[in-house]
Amino acid sequence: MDKKKSRKPKSARPKGNVKKKVQYETSAEDKFGTSHKGRRHRFSVSHKYVLPVVDKNSEGGQKVEEYKIDVGKLSRSKLKHQVTKWAGKKKWLKEEGKVNVKSGKSDVRKRLGNKEWRKDKKRKDYQVSRKLEDPYPGDAPVDPVKLEKYKRTDTTELKDARYLAAKPDMTLSKNKTDYAVELSARSDFLLPDNSGCIEVEEGEDTADIKQHDIISSVDITSASKSFELDLQLFGPYNINYSRNGRYLLLGGKKGHVAAVDWQTKKLMCEMNVMETTHDVKWLHIETMFAVAQKEWTYIYDNQGIELHCLKALNKPLRLEFLPYHFLLATGSSEGFLSYLDVSVGKLITSIRTGYPRLDVMCQNPKNAIIHLGHPGGTVTLWSPNMKHSVAKLLCHHGGVRSVAVDNTGNYMATSSIDKQLIIHDLRTYKMLYKYRLPSGAGGLTFSQSGQLAASMGSVVQVYKDVCKEKIRSPYLIHRLTTPISGVQFCNYEDVLGVSHSHGFASLLIPGSGESNFDGFEANPYQTKKQRRQAEVKMLLEKVQPEMITLDNTALSKVDVATMERDLDERKKLRVCIPYCYTPKYRKKGKSSGVRRENRKQGVKNNIIRDDIRDQLKEKRQEKRDKKLANQRGVKSVLDRFKRTVE
Amino acid sequence: MKIKCLSRNPDDFLRETKRDIHKVPRNYDPNLHPFEAPREYVRALNAAKLERVFAKPFLGSLDGHRDSVSVIKKHPTSLSLLFSGAYDGEVRLWNIARRNCVKTVQAHDGLVQGLCAHPNGQSIFSVGADKLIKHWSLTEEGDIVDEPKSVIMGRSVFQCIDHHGKENYYATCGVGVNIWDEERTEPMRYFTWGVDSIHHVKFNPIECNILGAAASDRSIILYDMRGSTPLRKVILKLRSNAITWNPMEAYIFTVANEDYNCYTFDMRKLSIPMNVHRDHVAAVMDVDYSPTGKEFVTAGYDHCLRIFPLDHGHSREIYHTQRMHRIHTCCWSLDNKYILSGSEEMNIRLWKARAWEKLGTLKSRESTTLRYNAKLKTKFSNHPQVKRVLKHRHVSKMVFHNTREIRKIREAQKKREQNRMENSKIGSVGYKSEKESHMVGELE
Repeated sequence: MDKKKSRKPKSARPKGNVKKKVQYETSAEDKFGTSHKGRRHRFSVSHKYVLPVVDKNSEGGQKVEEYKIDVGKLSRSKLKHQVTKWAGKKKWLKEEGKVNVKSGKSDVRKRLGNKEWRKDKKRKDYQVSRKLEDPYPGDAPVDPVKLEKYKRTDTTELKDARYLAAKPDMTLSKNKTDYAVELSARSDFLLPDNSGCIEVEEGEDTADIKQHDIISSVDITSASKSFELDLQLFGPYNINYSRNGRYLLLGGKKGHVAAVDWQTKKLMCEMNVMETTHDVKWLHIETMFAVAQKEWTYIYDNQGIELHCLKALNKPLRLEFLPYHFLLATGSSEGFLSYLDVSVGKLITSIRTGYPRLDVMCQNPKNAIIHLGHPGGTVTLWSPNMKHSVAKLLCHHGGVRSVAVDNTGNYMATSSIDKQLIIHDLRTYKMLYKYRLPSGAGGLTFSQSGQLAASMGSVVQVYKDVCKEKIRSPYLIHRLTTPISGVQFCNYEDVLGVSHSHGFASLLIPGSGESNFDGFEANPYQTKKQRRQAEVKMLLEKVQPEMITLDNTALSKVDVATMERDLDERKKLRVCIPYCYTPKYRKKGKSSGVRRENRKQGVKNNIIRDDIRDQLKEKRQEKRDKKLANQRGVKSVLDRFKRTVE
Repeated sequence: MKIKCLSRNPDDFLRETKRDIHKVPRNYDPNLHPFEAPREYVRALNAAKLERVFAKPFLGSLDGHRDSVSVIKKHPTSLSLLFSGAYDGEVRLWNIARRNCVKTVQAHDGLVQGLCAHPNGQSIFSVGADKLIKHWSLTEEGDIVDEPKSVIMGRSVFQCIDHHGKENYYATCGVGVNIWDEERTEPMRYFTWGVDSIHHVKFNPIECNILGAAASDRSIILYDMRGSTPLRKVILKLRSNAITWNPMEAYIFTVANEDYNCYTFDMRKLSIPMNVHRDHVAAVMDVDYSPTGKEFVTAGYDHCLRIFPLDHGHSREIYHTQRMHRIHTCCWSLDNKYILSGSEEMNIRLWKARAWEKLGTLKSRESTTLRYNAKLKTKFSNHPQVKRVLKHRHVSKMVFHNTREIRKIREAQKKREQNRMENSKIGSVGYKSEKESHMVGELE
């Protein structure tokens, strides 16, 4: 229809008149209520839908005919459906009280003006319709606890950039960081949660549950993980599980060494090294392991063939392997802590610790710091980059029997001969909880989920949430017949391995293992090809031993301290340079340009020399004061345990 | 009492058939990924080293010219075609993909001063030392037709030619700047400003009616084709050899200067350059922008090509070979992947725009790794080790020694300036920034 033609009469006639003549065919209008008064609503198609009917009472069909609007391309039934659907929804909304559909010209309309009001209404209508389409609009909310877990830096604390041009970059990176945190928290939804647990009824205690109760109530594959090895001849044994929890290494005091795929119970190798063994450790993959023997440390492959005899690591008592650095750390009976790089076979450092026998040792899995326990009750922290300990903690009054650090690297558990078990916070170096045990724990170990196992004589106790709260009773207790020589939780399994004088026992501890492994980090179902690939990747990513520090996140942060120090130094330099000297005029040709300049330089040099001399003097004075202070102070016996500020 | 133990079905974690890929379940819990920062750092260092290992920018040379290459121009619509003109008057058409010469025509007596193509890619223009403008039409395949479509005899030698970005106009320069209509044999418009011999002219690719020209009286002149007089004139301390416009930001242009530097100007504020790009150790002969407008390539008289980021004062890359002599001309291909250079020893060389880039299609894993590595490199780019690896370039002995010499000269100059400031009456000698120091003035 010609637009021009249709408009002409519209302008000529009053608006109210027109509306009266237009009658709607369906009941849609009735459902909208009077509020719309012929106004078209959300569906723009409904403009086309309305078909006026000739009103015979008025001026005649001719003029009304001109208001006929084409239905358009949409079929009639479709339109009808749309309109009725919308009307129904609106009615429902009204009933539910979700939107206010006011009748008559509202105050808002008056205030905003027609045009604004219409725009606003259109927007609101659209929003309402969106809401109707999706009962759960937007992304699912993420648990703030989970967000916290993935947070590396607190972006809310970040200040705005002072430099204007850097502002957009800063906001962008901030948003990106937040988004990454959210995404990784979201990925948590997808992880299947099949971790183990024990649920007891009111009045029952989990500590009363025996191993045979657990075995009888779990599925058959889990039950098969509980087994015992009876090895009477060469005990007591040391054990070590590989990082992916698949392989077990047994080392008997009297030389019996065996490597087992413990889940399939397949023996990989078994031999007698014909020497005393003190400790056994898997290296980065399950084809190699180290054995601390009487004189030296040896490396064997998974068939039991001797690969290396490491004479640099002599008289070893304890072994620790740092997988990301490829370092084998040994504590010797002569008090040396030695680090050997197994990827190149080079001795990195051998630290003379000043302690007699280093037979209590563990590593912090978070920062690769070695913890040593000593008979005096102290625990010392070591990195290969310092000749002295990075920290020293006086934990007990008696000798330290065992040390363990949990997976987050935040808590350390120590036990001593005075029957105490103490949990320390490694962020503040303060004691958190102190427990009294029936006897001094000879072995401590943390599981991936933070459970702590302590072996006392022939009893092993497992504690849950020991770092988070003061606990009243153990989680599980297991009694053996012979004294226990080693305990270790198996990664990614609900299993605690306990070795004793007459063999080895594998215990089921529900809820001890991490249920979801990361295939690129440690994969229990690794094939040979994957293992080879992973080994190459690990070697490419080998972290240099120089990077072992207490706080290893420093590398990804801005080094403010150094920058400030540099700035200070620069400021100091500026202070001593300015000088103000104009040489006096002298007769007899002594004021020639060159001579004046020389005199000027001389004065300048003198000023600088004096300045340097003063600085040196100050330094010397400081040193002397420090020395005197050290000499004068009354020395207490306990002063040597004081933490020196460096 | 309810007890549940962790138990997994191995089938969920093993591939079903041997042809499957291995299943790798992920868990992004930070506790399972210790040493995040040190490991990332090691990866970044490895990425930086690999970048240098794979940095092999030279792809090949197009040889065939029997004299030094004076000018090269890319085809406006075809990525694989390239025109070049030489000092013996030859114009050649090259197929870059096949690395061969498609067509040779003896266009001029004496050297080919300038070349340009119609934006529709159907014809090219050439000017030579014989005072001629020749209009060559191209066939469907892009071949040059043997006989020129038209020849215009000028009064003086034309030094350069450039075509309007949209319509059938072109500009030549020599004595003043002429604007020509393709249909006519007389210039539409003639611009002069003082006694100037202008040796380079370039149309703005976005604001198509604006032109920039470099004159031998050390000035850069801006014209509006629609007006009757030139717009502005900027005078630098030494002569500019070439001018080029940023293809993304219409008001930014860069000039290659005789004083070894390049200057980026904002058309709206000509009193001071936006940036001074230093690194060459001899005159810069030509400059061309990447199609993204974020970088440009310069051809140096010191036998090397350099790539400068627009907002940096120093180059990110230097390209040189033992056989390459002084470079007269260079251009950046329209797919932002290649750089071409025409040099004195008769060769046109093809380079990668990013030296370490792998050409051809990438597998998704490859591209993911490359993207990850790029991010790591930027994240750790300020760590001294990574920075050192990324910055290291091998340069020729000549460039190495000249750089050192120039540095000494600059230091001496600075010291002299400092002394002058200290020893003169306060206020009589002011401090001049690096950007200001190369400017002589601006005329309207």
